Amino acid sequence: MEILKVQGLKKVFNSVIALDDLNLTLSRGEILGILGPNGAGKTTLIHCILGLIEPTEGEISIFGKDLTLHRSEVLKRINFASNYVSLPYSLTPFENLMVFAHLYEVKDPAERCHRMLRLFELEHLCNRPTRRLSSGQIMRLNLAKALLNKPELLLLDEPTAGLDPEIARKTRDLLLKLARTEGISVIYTSHNLKEMEEVSKRVLFLKKGKVVAEGMVNDLIRQYGTASLEEFYFKVIGHED
Amino acid sequence: MRIKRIWAVVLRQTYLYRRSLPRLLEVFYWPMVDLLLWGFVSLYLQRASADIPDFVIYFIGALILWDILFRAQQGISVSFLEDMWARNLVNIFASPLKIQEYIVGLLFISILKVTIAFVVMSSLAWLFYSFSIFKLGVALIPLVLNLMAMGWAVGIFTMALILRFGQEAEVLAWAVAFLFMPFSAVFYPVDTLPPLLQKIALFIPSAHVFEGMRILIDKKVLSIKHLSMASALNLAFLSASTLFFAKIYRTARKRGILPKIGE
Repeated sequence: MEILKVQGLKKVFNSVIALDDLNLTLSRGEILGILGPNGAGKTTLIHCILGLIEPTEGEISIFGKDLTLHRSEVLKRINFASNYVSLPYSLTPFENLMVFAHLYEVKDPAERCHRMLRLFELEHLCNRPTRRLSSGQIMRLNLAKALLNKPELLLLDEPTAGLDPEIARKTRDLLLKLARTEGISVIYTSHNLKEMEEVSKRVLFLKKGKVVAEGMVNDLIRQYGTASLEEFYFKVIGHED
Repeated sequence: MRIKRIWAVVLRQTYLYRRSLPRLLEVFYWPMVDLLLWGFVSLYLQRASADIPDFVIYFIGALILWDILFRAQQGISVSFLEDMWARNLVNIFASPLKIQEYIVGLLFISILKVTIAFVVMSSLAWLFYSFSIFKLGVALIPLVLNLMAMGWAVGIFTMALILRFGQEAEVLAWAVAFLFMPFSAVFYPVDTLPPLLQKIALFIPSAHVFEGMRILIDKKVLSIKHLSMASALNLAFLSASTLFFAKIYRTARKRGILPKIGE
């Protein structure tokens, strides 16, 4: 079943084309990796899917519903975490999660918040102001927020940047488990190609807003005769990043 | 509209104020300083000039009522700024929260702030100057409601400007209300103003409220004319500011401003 369908997506900022005729689909339980150099349009794509940016052209349909017409209804079943967006520093992790649990109308919010804090090993910090957390702990809190509403579609913008290798590995394992057991679909951007190879079976390469390659990781590697995704990346994108 | 989502907006601000002494002080401190300073000045002026018998009542009454407008506006625009400073707007606007639910949440915060400031100021006025704002009777209610409505209109307008121009425009959250102050004839009758400004004052809801307040103090009657004018103008102000905000919000989504605001 198609969870997400993007058709002919185009976004122009002034005269700069950030996304150009982008098409993609995402199935239930699938993790799609989005790769590309800085300024390729990865974050713009995520912002369009979240309804934060209105596309110049094209359609985004999520759970079979047009995003522009059913924004609130659709966003209730989605969530996101980004390395570039933080939760308010003055609030404690528990308070931050409580606010978002109410925003997403989560049932039994306090219990769910504690559960998420335990899952990301933040329970002992739940009453400490967020500003006193390390950057890795803040990212884990973002991920806890992203899973609060048991999303069916999760958008992750460089979620493991800033995490130490152990926590990054745990986060990846958790995502894979969630995709497998609960059927969560994930769009995942990262500059870490090794990590991407581990997490996503299918990847989409963006360059200057255009899709330059797309497919299953193994197929792409075989097709282009490269040894790894990293080698493939430099072959397709070049060395401009 | 979903109550739970509106409550989330209120909850976020109450958590913020609960653990921030400077923010809490801001709610109590300025109303207190204003009242003490201008209250004693008006006491002194009343002793110096016996011509205006209700000088203290005029002045302190006006001061308390102006603070209602100011706090109502701050409840909207500063709360929005708090989310901008915390770079939380992306989280908020990417959630199921509808923009109208966000604004209603901010209105509740505004009511909360106004209530606190009103209680502080009226208690101090009674304590220091034996002045009870409640002497104005039930007629006080429509005056207060009109000032809150104007505060909300100004707050929503300011929020739209901040959304449009970003962090550089944050000073407007404190400045815009004061732009209306001279035309509002808070501490003097409208006929004190030069003819051109009098004409402008005709179109400012708060000017009618303060004229109404003075008539209420002098003649103990509520001026229906001023009350109707204030209400009609507030309706226009609120509609215009909401439409303006909706337009700016749409433009912000088109121009990709939302994810970058606060940077």
